[in-house]
Amino acid sequence: MNRYSFWQYLLIAATLVLGLLYTVPNFFGEVPAVQVQPHRAALKADAALMGRVEDILRKGSLAPTGVVLDATSVKARFPDTDAQLKAKDLLQSQLGEDYVVALNLLSNSPRWLATIGALPMYLGLDLRGGVHFLMQVDMKAAIAKKVEATLNDVRGNLREKRIQYTGIAREGQAIVVRFRDAAMREKGLQEISRTLPDLELKTAEDGSEFRIVATLKPEAQKKTQEFSLQQNITTLRNRINELGVAEPIIQQQGADRVVVQLPGVQDTAKAKDILGRTATLEVRMVDDDATNNPAVIQAALAGQVPFGDELYLERGGAPVLVRRQVVLTGDRINDAQPGFDNQTGEPAVHINLDGTGARIFHQVTRENVGKRMAILLFEKGKGEVVTAPVIRSEIPGGRVQISGRMTTQEAHDVALLLRAGALAAPMEIIEERTVGPSLGAENIRIGFHSTWYGFAAISVYMIVYYALFGVISIVALTANVLFLVALLSMLQATLTLPGMAGIALTIGMAIDANVLINERIREELRNGNTPQAAIHAGYDRAWGTILDSNLTTLIAGVFLFLLGSGPVKGFAVVLCLGILTSQFSAVMVSRAMVNLYYGSRRRLEKVSIGQVWRPQANRGAGA
Amino acid sequence: MEWFRIKRDIPFMRYALIFNVISLVTFLIAVGSLAFRGLNLGVDFTGGTVMEVAYAQAAELGKIRESMARLGFTDASVQNFGTSRDVLIRLPLKQGVSSAKLSEQVMQELRKDDARVEMRRVEFVGPQVGRELLENGALALLFVSLGIVAYLAFRFEWKFGVATIIANLHDTVIIVGCFSIFQWEFSLPVLAAVLAILGYSVNESVVVFDRVREVFRNRRMRSLTVPQIIDHAITATMSRTIITHGCTQLMVCSMLVFGGETLFYFALALTIGILFGIYSSVLVASPIVMWLGVSREDLARPEAQKKPGETGAVV
Repeated sequence: MNRYSFWQYLLIAATLVLGLLYTVPNFFGEVPAVQVQPHRAALKADAALMGRVEDILRKGSLAPTGVVLDATSVKARFPDTDAQLKAKDLLQSQLGEDYVVALNLLSNSPRWLATIGALPMYLGLDLRGGVHFLMQVDMKAAIAKKVEATLNDVRGNLREKRIQYTGIAREGQAIVVRFRDAAMREKGLQEISRTLPDLELKTAEDGSEFRIVATLKPEAQKKTQEFSLQQNITTLRNRINELGVAEPIIQQQGADRVVVQLPGVQDTAKAKDILGRTATLEVRMVDDDATNNPAVIQAALAGQVPFGDELYLERGGAPVLVRRQVVLTGDRINDAQPGFDNQTGEPAVHINLDGTGARIFHQVTRENVGKRMAILLFEKGKGEVVTAPVIRSEIPGGRVQISGRMTTQEAHDVALLLRAGALAAPMEIIEERTVGPSLGAENIRIGFHSTWYGFAAISVYMIVYYALFGVISIVALTANVLFLVALLSMLQATLTLPGMAGIALTIGMAIDANVLINERIREELRNGNTPQAAIHAGYDRAWGTILDSNLTTLIAGVFLFLLGSGPVKGFAVVLCLGILTSQFSAVMVSRAMVNLYYGSRRRLEKVSIGQVWRPQANRGAGA
Repeated sequence: MEWFRIKRDIPFMRYALIFNVISLVTFLIAVGSLAFRGLNLGVDFTGGTVMEVAYAQAAELGKIRESMARLGFTDASVQNFGTSRDVLIRLPLKQGVSSAKLSEQVMQELRKDDARVEMRRVEFVGPQVGRELLENGALALLFVSLGIVAYLAFRFEWKFGVATIIANLHDTVIIVGCFSIFQWEFSLPVLAAVLAILGYSVNESVVVFDRVREVFRNRRMRSLTVPQIIDHAITATMSRTIITHGCTQLMVCSMLVFGGETLFYFALALTIGILFGIYSSVLVASPIVMWLGVSREDLARPEAQKKPGETGAVV
């Protein structure tokens, strides 16, 4: 009765081999590497790039221990972190702006393991060091921005159709358009509802004034919010690429939050600075008459800015009065590169506009030849006139060059900011967790030690108390750890310190199943059953109990996973998976071993399960 | 080796009242402490900033406090963390100060006194995140409790479900009460430990009740009264209960000793939970079941037509 069929043994052996295969990559450790990734879609990570990287490294006499090419990047391994850092600097300076060069750690496991998909677990930030941010997108601001943009559309449409209105303004989240009479309002109403279906229109009268109050429809608001979040994620991704982080995680969380995780980032100040930047570019016309009039400028500096203008300072410090109306915004920029002015040789930024931007720019420059145009950069809420050149001729084709009083570094920074784009809505860091690298290494040691010593203590106890059945239980427990780690590796889960604690706790709990079985077998023996019958009954009866007790822990685990955040989630995942694997290993794997060892013996007199004490008469105990 | 040489069933139920009085008293102490002292909630729940910094030699806490005061944090908590060289700084939430800049400011200020200070860890939790974590924690506790009751009611009978959850919630309250009495920091990992313990110590009740059911269905034991059956079930499973908990506790002790400060309170919560778990899920849950009036009919129903394999080998 204690026999498994051949296929049952085969199944268990196969799962053990699989478990081993997928666990093994975690023990090879990691080597320092440098990862080179093209920054723009036009460039590809290919054999040519690999050749270039190898070439640069050879010339710099930095011999990598291996260079590999994958779908998105070229990765070079180095024997130590010193060579890695040098190689990063060298590659960055040689390859230039078009490539992201980042430090990375690569698994040291043999390549054939990687080809069957056996990869090590990711180490969480608390184990490898790094930064975790949770950022909240200001959705009110996103809506306000959308309303502002829509207001411009309404104004443009009404003007185009020559529908006269007396005023248009944003009041909170609504656009209010005022008309002199009801007839004109009716025309306006028709025009707006025809051209802007996203708006919900209401009419109102106030004395002699006829108004349209337009608000964004709920669907449109939702769309705007989704769009803002996506735009912000894209922008963050671009900015983080500039930071040179290998394997950053940028994910949406909930309706209005973004999680950013930057493993291995040491310079958190710089990371926060780059993430927190809200640079936007605006092109506006300079109010030349006012700016050239010293009296007006003086008055403006004193606080009396002419109507329709705003006062900004140029890089050199000279005040400029700029029209409020925006010609173009940074959204229209396709690309921005630092470079040099062809004629003067000054540092400059070359900007490439998209189709709409190019058309607007062409039109504006054609109509304003001889006038000055200001390019404003808004960063952290403060605006600055980067340059205010005179338009010498119309500029078609959307190729714009900004130059003027910039250093090479400044040109580089401005280009970076413009390229990285603007955030659709402001964001705020609402949660931050930074772990230094030394603490990360210590956490790994802590997690590993506490698991290992606990495991050793349990092993000693079980073997002393249950003899051979103790050994079998411990082998089953080892199999459980194996399955758990293999499963986590297959899922490419992120291992954190709470996760390691979860593994330890799972080991401590999983042994319960084997204790239950062993105690039951002893009890059956005590009651005078034959060893074979006792083994059979022990496993049979224990199954239901183990299932019950595991399920209650699983209930706790599932809710922890659903409601927990970050580190608690990691713990919950390990707990749940560990319970599932223990049900298999504690019962099936240990049973297979028992069957293999005892199952085939016809006349089994005693089993090695430690001393079985009988209260009635001491008829000899199984040793 | 055999540790449990018990000749006859121990009459646990005769002392049921005593156990429940002990439970009630500890429970009331825990509740009292929670009500009057409250919990020392960690930064995860209150919001605020926690920084761990390491010095090359023993840190001068006084100087660090002065630095914090210069930054305007007179109510900052500065204490050693593990060793005398590691320092944990807790800063409360401050209106209008952006988190991003705060940790940089603190590090700059600390570097003025000692340039070799090393930043080990920063945790900033905004006020709304803290509130959410607390709410979600409470929700998790509620759902886990309901889930377990539902499961046990489905698997056994509602009386068992209710008894188990009372016993285990009483555990939970006692763990949390200990954190309140000693003003240990109650953090997110501790909450995780409490919930894990809730799921884990229910096991005990399950194992005992499983045995109770088995005995109820055993024809040869028809003559036993309900308290006798419960006594028998507890005695029969006692060795297993103690060995299992001993093993889990070995593991948790290992975390307590080698896990450093990070895992200390997590392991501590587990330890208290395991110790009280043994006691409550056996000696609190069982009397409650008894008083709820569990009877043979409650459990015997589905097994009216006996399976051939079950011959009742248990004596």
